[in-house]
Amino acid sequence: MRYDSLTDALGETPLVGLPRLSPRWSGESPVRLWAKLEDRNPTGSIKDRAALFMVRAAEADGRLTPGCTILEPTSGNTGISLAMVAKLHGYGLVCVMPENTSIERRQLLEMFGARIISSPAAGGSNQAVATAKKLAEENPDWVMLYQYGNAANAQAHYEGTGPEILRDLPTITHFVAGLGTTGTLMGAGRYLREKAPDVQVIAAEPRYGELVYGLRNIDEGFVPELYDDSILTSRFSVTSYDALRRTRDLIEHEGIFAGISSGAILHAALSIADRAAVAGERADVAFIVADGGWKYLSTGAYDGSLQHAAEKLEGQLWA
Amino acid sequence: MAIEVKIPTILRTYTGGAKSVEAAGDTVSALLDDLDANHPGLKGRLITDDGSLHRFVNVYVNDEDVRFTGSLDTVLKDGDAVTILPAVAGG
Repeated sequence: MRYDSLTDALGETPLVGLPRLSPRWSGESPVRLWAKLEDRNPTGSIKDRAALFMVRAAEADGRLTPGCTILEPTSGNTGISLAMVAKLHGYGLVCVMPENTSIERRQLLEMFGARIISSPAAGGSNQAVATAKKLAEENPDWVMLYQYGNAANAQAHYEGTGPEILRDLPTITHFVAGLGTTGTLMGAGRYLREKAPDVQVIAAEPRYGELVYGLRNIDEGFVPELYDDSILTSRFSVTSYDALRRTRDLIEHEGIFAGISSGAILHAALSIADRAAVAGERADVAFIVADGGWKYLSTGAYDGSLQHAAEKLEGQLWA
Repeated sequence: MAIEVKIPTILRTYTGGAKSVEAAGDTVSALLDDLDANHPGLKGRLITDDGSLHRFVNVYVNDEDVRFTGSLDTVLKDGDAVTILPAVAGG
């Protein structure tokens, strides 16, 4: 395939079968797992889709003009994607990132020329969002795209991820993705439910160490403005241990080197697939591999005992 | 029927600092009533005046969000694990 520029090469990622990890790959009533390899995007994660759509939408409505500075709260991947797009489109980028994210994410952001403002580890992304909102008030000339409430984030998946999956897997019964900003699930989930109403849409959210849930009170909680729970049919909370275990399963059995959040998504996908297998029902479960494992090598996720690796990950934001 | 309930940091003032407590109930609703009997005030932090789950509170039975399994009517069985967590930002 030939493209005029890097951003033109975004999307159209492969959907790959998992013959070894699927409960029943062939025969009558197969229960098959399919991985959508979003690490094949320009900066190596699914967030390239949302970043490009959000920038284009802001350019179209006049909020972003040449020389502008973009501001965004992000635990990493969205920042890296925005940094690439900002560089190509001539914008500055300020990322507000929790300090408990992997060193590789910081290195990549700095390499692309982004400025990083750290927010405290306690409170995780909640604190990053709060800090970014305060910075936006203090710097009215900065443009906050705000992935948690930006309709273009979900639209990227409504126009891209969702249609690609349905085209490649018309027999799809379940769609499983990670729940962070909720953009992937809201966009692709809405598209799939409109076109194939029986499709189940399943969310996998990371369950972090206690530090991340360190709010002062319940009213400091956060639900992204994009979130509409009527799109979902189930939602799983996946521990670091289970996410790591499945991340290693992907390498061991299918040769797929994925990031930790993809292990969490596979864990939820397998829960659903196992239920279908026990019930004797046919299922084609498509799930998202959100990024590759490169950015998490320093976390020790891929070597030593699972228990030890999970302990090392305690308190880190891995999705 | 014993069910382990994991309590988030911000609500441990109600459980004397305990990270997890045991409670009983056939449904999530009954479980929360039992929790409140032993740890008065806890239920009021989880349930709003109209009787539904607080927007910023998530309750999971064996890692699955009860909002998609019948909400407070979700049926519990012996050995289930219940986790209560505040809703926080991801992404």
